[in-house]
Amino acid sequence: MMRLEVLEVSDLRMHYKVEHGLVKAVDGIDFKLEEGEILGIVGESGCGKSSLALTLMKLLPYNGKIVSGRITVGGADLTGMKDATVRRDIRWKKIAFVPQGAMNALNPVYKVGDQIAEVIRFHKGASKKAALNTAKSLLELVGVDPARAKYYPHEFSGGMKQRAMIAMSLALTPSVLVADEPTTALDVIVQAGIVNLLLSLRKEFRMSIILISHDLALVAQMSDTVAIMYAGKFVEYGKSLSVYGHPLHPYTIGLLKAFANIKGPREKLTSIPGAPPDLLEPPAGCRFNPRCPYAKEICKEKEPSLQETLLGQLVACHFWKEIRDQRNREN
Amino acid sequence: MSAQDKVLEVKGLTKFYPVRLSFSESLRRKTTQVVHAVDGVDFDVKRGEIFGLAGESGSGKTTVLRAVLMLIRPSSGQIIYEGTDLAKLKGKDLKKFRTKLQIVFQDPYESINPRMNVYEVVSEGLFINHIARTEQEAEEMVKQALKDVQLTPPEEFLFRYPHELSGGQRQRVAVARALVLNPDLILADEPVSMLDVSVRAEVLNVLLAVRQERKISVVFVTHDLALSKDICDRLAIMYLGVIMEMGPAVELVAKPYHPYTQALIAAVPVPDPSGEKVKVLAKGEIPTNVSPPSGCRFHTRCYLAKEICKERIPPLDEASPGHWVACHFWREASEKYLKGEVKAVEDTTLV
Repeated sequence: MMRLEVLEVSDLRMHYKVEHGLVKAVDGIDFKLEEGEILGIVGESGCGKSSLALTLMKLLPYNGKIVSGRITVGGADLTGMKDATVRRDIRWKKIAFVPQGAMNALNPVYKVGDQIAEVIRFHKGASKKAALNTAKSLLELVGVDPARAKYYPHEFSGGMKQRAMIAMSLALTPSVLVADEPTTALDVIVQAGIVNLLLSLRKEFRMSIILISHDLALVAQMSDTVAIMYAGKFVEYGKSLSVYGHPLHPYTIGLLKAFANIKGPREKLTSIPGAPPDLLEPPAGCRFNPRCPYAKEICKEKEPSLQETLLGQLVACHFWKEIRDQRNREN
Repeated sequence: MSAQDKVLEVKGLTKFYPVRLSFSESLRRKTTQVVHAVDGVDFDVKRGEIFGLAGESGSGKTTVLRAVLMLIRPSSGQIIYEGTDLAKLKGKDLKKFRTKLQIVFQDPYESINPRMNVYEVVSEGLFINHIARTEQEAEEMVKQALKDVQLTPPEEFLFRYPHELSGGQRQRVAVARALVLNPDLILADEPVSMLDVSVRAEVLNVLLAVRQERKISVVFVTHDLALSKDICDRLAIMYLGVIMEMGPAVELVAKPYHPYTQALIAAVPVPDPSGEKVKVLAKGEIPTNVSPPSGCRFHTRCYLAKEICKERIPPLDEASPGHWVACHFWREASEKYLKGEVKAVEDTTLV
C-alpha cells in the first residue's frame, strides 16, 4: 500500500530572542507524518513541545523566529510562506490546532454554535443558516448534543468545551490536527471520552494527529509513533511499541521508571536527578548529560546525533548500544 | 485495632456552602440553595499510614482536607485528634493543635513566599509557635528538616530563594516547613500534580521516608489513581461529597467493588502501547452537587442502577475485611468487573 505523507518537517529550528540571548526552543527537528498516523510528542515542561506546535502552525510571537528548516504540507513549504497565505490556504484547512487550555479560548459572550459557524462563514462564505447547520453536525460528530449549539460556553462542562474546540478545528476538514495537551485539566473519565473521540476521528477521516503531552500513558494509548523531546530536540523517536517496549535513551528509560502504571504491581517510583535545563544556556555536549546515570567524558564534549537501530528506532545517545546489550544480558 | 493506633478520626463530616442569590433572586424570595461539598464522611488515619483521598474535581476531597485542618469550619461532624474534637475548638485552644497537623499545598510556585529564603520559610513556624527561641536553635532544626527532605548539604540551601530552586526542590522545602514542627499528620493536597514527571518521585519518596522513619501519617489527596496505588496504604474514593469505596490501595485498584471506582480505573491509560485501552464505563458527566441525585449519588451514571438505587442511599459497609463499599449491588458489580463483563458505554454523547 502506498503511504501518503501529509506533513514533513526537516531540520526545523525556531529560536526566541530574549534579553539575555537566544532560547533555542526547537533545535533541529525532523519527522514525517503519514496519513492517518498519530504521532505523540512527549516531554516535560520547557522542553519545547508547545513551541514546536506553534512553529508548525506558524503562530509564533514577535520574538520567535524560524531560523532554518522546512515544514512541507501538501507540497508547499510553510517556512517561507507569507502570513496571509498561511492564514488563507493552510491554517485550519490543512493543519488545524487545538491549543493548550483550548476550552478557555471560547468567547464567553457568544453562543458556542455561532462561534463554530463563524469559522465556516469566514472561510467558506457559507450563509448564516448553512454555517450553523454545519456547526450542529460538527458538534454531533464530537459527541455533543447538537441542541447545545444555542448555549453559551459557561453552560458547557469542561469536557463539552474541549469537544466543541475539537469540532471547531474540524470545521474546514484539515488533514492534520495538532492537539497540545488536549486533556489536561479534565477528569480521567472525561479524558477517556476525548481519547476515544480522537481515535474515532482518525479512523473515520484518516486524519493525522500530532498529540503533544507530558503524559506518557496517554501517548502510549493513542500514538503509532512517539518522539521523546528533551531541551528542544528529539532524543528518541520510533514506533510506540518499540520505544515503550525497548527504550534506549537514558531519558526515556528514566521517564518510564518515574511513571506510575495502574495495571502494574506496586512499585517504588524513581526520579531523574536534577531538573530540565535552561534553554538559554543548555549544557554542552549531550543536553541530558548532567542528569544521566550513564554519562561519561564524551557526553560533555560531543553532542550525539540521532542514530538508527536495527529496528528502525532513532536514538541520540553515545551509549545506546551498551544500554541495549546490558538489557539483553539482564533478560 | 486499638484506639491508640488512630491518629485521626473523622466522623460524619459535612460541609455545605450556601449559593449566593443574585439581587433579583432575593427580591423574588427564592430559597437559598446549598452546595453539598462534603456530605457525611467517616474515616480514620492510623499512625504511620499514608491514606489516600481520590476523586474527580468537585468530589469534595480538598474540602475534607481543609476541614480536617479547621481551615474551614465544618457544618457538622467530628474531627478527633488524640481524643479531642477539633471541630469544637476555637482560637488559642485550636492553635495548640496546629503544629501537630500540617499541610503541603498543591503548587510550590504559589505556596512559598518568593521574598523569603529557605531558612526564613522553614523557620517561620518555629518562632510563631515558640518552639525555637534563638536563631541558632532554629537554624539547627531547619538544617535537620532539610536533611530529612534530602536537600543536602543543608548549608547550601539555607539562604537560597525559591526562584533558585527547581519545582521538586521547592515542594521539598514545603514538606520541610511542615516537618520542622514535628507533626503527627501531614495533609498533602495533590503535592506532585504541578511537578514534572521526572521529579515527582523525589517528593513522594521523601513522604514515604518520613512515614517510615518518624511514623508520621500522611493524608494524600490526589486525582491520580495510578500514583495512589504506588504510594498509599489505604485509599478512599470520593464522589459528590461522599466516600464510595475505601480499602487497601493495591486491592482496591485491582478489584474495585463500586461501579464508580471501576469506571475511574478503566479510564486511566496505561503507559504501554500493547496494554489495555481506556474504556468509558460511566454514562454522561458528574452532576452538580447543588442538588445531588437522590439515593445513591452515582445512580444516574451507573450500569447497574435499579429502582432501589434512586430511593435508598447505600450505606458504606465492610464488604470484605478492611474493604468498604457503598453500593447496593457490589457483589454483582465486582463479579462482572473481574470477568470483564462490564461493557463500555456506547452512546457517549453529552447533553
